[in-house]
Amino acid sequence: MIRTGVANLASVLAGLARAGAEASLVASAEEVERASHVLLPGVGSFAPGMAALREAGLCEALRARIAAGRPTLAICLGLQMLADGSEEAPGIAGLGVMRGVARRFSNGVTVPQLGWNLVEGGGLIEAGYAYFANSYRIVEAPDGWTPAWTDHGGLFCAALQRGAVLACQFHPELSGPWGLGLLGRWLRTEAAC
Amino acid sequence: MLTRRVIPCLDVKDGVVVKGVRFQGLRAAGDPAERAAAYEAQGADELVVLDVSATPEGRGHAVDVVRAVRRVLSIPLTVGGGVRAASHVQALLEAGADKVSVNTAAVAEPGLIDAMAGRFGSQCTVVAIDAAGRVSGGGWQVVVRSGRERVELDAVAWARECVARGAGELLLTSWDRDGTRSGYDLELLKVVAAAVPVPVIASGGAAGPEHLAEALAAGASAVLAASIFHDGEHTIEEVKVHLRRRGFEVRR
Repeated sequence: MIRTGVANLASVLAGLARAGAEASLVASAEEVERASHVLLPGVGSFAPGMAALREAGLCEALRARIAAGRPTLAICLGLQMLADGSEEAPGIAGLGVMRGVARRFSNGVTVPQLGWNLVEGGGLIEAGYAYFANSYRIVEAPDGWTPAWTDHGGLFCAALQRGAVLACQFHPELSGPWGLGLLGRWLRTEAAC
Repeated sequence: MLTRRVIPCLDVKDGVVVKGVRFQGLRAAGDPAERAAAYEAQGADELVVLDVSATPEGRGHAVDVVRAVRRVLSIPLTVGGGVRAASHVQALLEAGADKVSVNTAAVAEPGLIDAMAGRFGSQCTVVAIDAAGRVSGGGWQVVVRSGRERVELDAVAWARECVARGAGELLLTSWDRDGTRSGYDLELLKVVAAAVPVPVIASGGAAGPEHLAEALAAGASAVLAASIFHDGEHTIEEVKVHLRRRGFEVRR
């Protein structure tokens, strides 16, 4: 699990432990290359999140393992950092491994979206309730990624998956048994050939 | 569609769950981690842990309780009580909180809200507002220090300011109703929920499922209750069945 400095580290580690994984915190490109599974957590805002990845020199290592289809899980802000950028921080580039820009919720719904919302199934995702805590989201599924949809003032991508690479806008570590099940399925994925 | 949330609250003093009428005359009701696990199993959508003794006694925050609760909990955890600085927030997040609420310290130093939201994000920044009806004239004023002190601050204006500074959620407690079992202050809820775009959690005064339904109808995104669950009068499951029957979407 990548140490970004501001994430809810303990909750994610506790979730991984319940799902049966031995996790450790990493902060170097070598460790990101070496790990069988890498988790990019996300609490906080876009600009400091990207700055932390750049300062630790992790951007290339993350792009490389995602391009190679190695098991990688990005959560919440982590999903948004895979995109080209976010309305939250105009001018700051994301990792750019999926086309698109995260945009703020509109249409008069509560922002942030805080709470449980219904996710339609797709890929590793089973239909069920997931816990969200976000103000920005990706509205159009990027080419090559399988979306799972949720509605909050219109449909948005609750998750995007490409092989063993899974990006969740919700928090699987806070989504009860449903979330633990998903963590378990991702932990059992292996790199695409 | 985003569902409405039912949130049990553990008021913790010296590591033990307590619940008192108007925050005083506290009586014990169990081990925090044990209660937390039981509530998750019943279908709680989130859990709030408030260290009710922290502010008056000037003690630190409840890091040990948070650690113990996190080990057994796989739903979101909000922690508050005695949080005065961003460094406290960091310590609570590292122990296992997902959101942190501030109250008295934010009234004294509103810049704390900006600092929290800037560093940890709005989704992590909860402001707890304790409001009481003005003794004369209309409206509500803010009370702090666990209800010991009324301040000259309009509760609705304060709610707006908190959101402008970056609060992502408001935990709104009616000081007049807390512990009285006479229902939430619905007028207060209506006015505050209409004044801000962020979710408002209703707190203070619930005695049964219909009170929770009334609060949701008044515009609350979530309802918080303590004693009705602690005493085993109502399970969370049972409350959710009632809310569904009343037409509110809640998580199964």
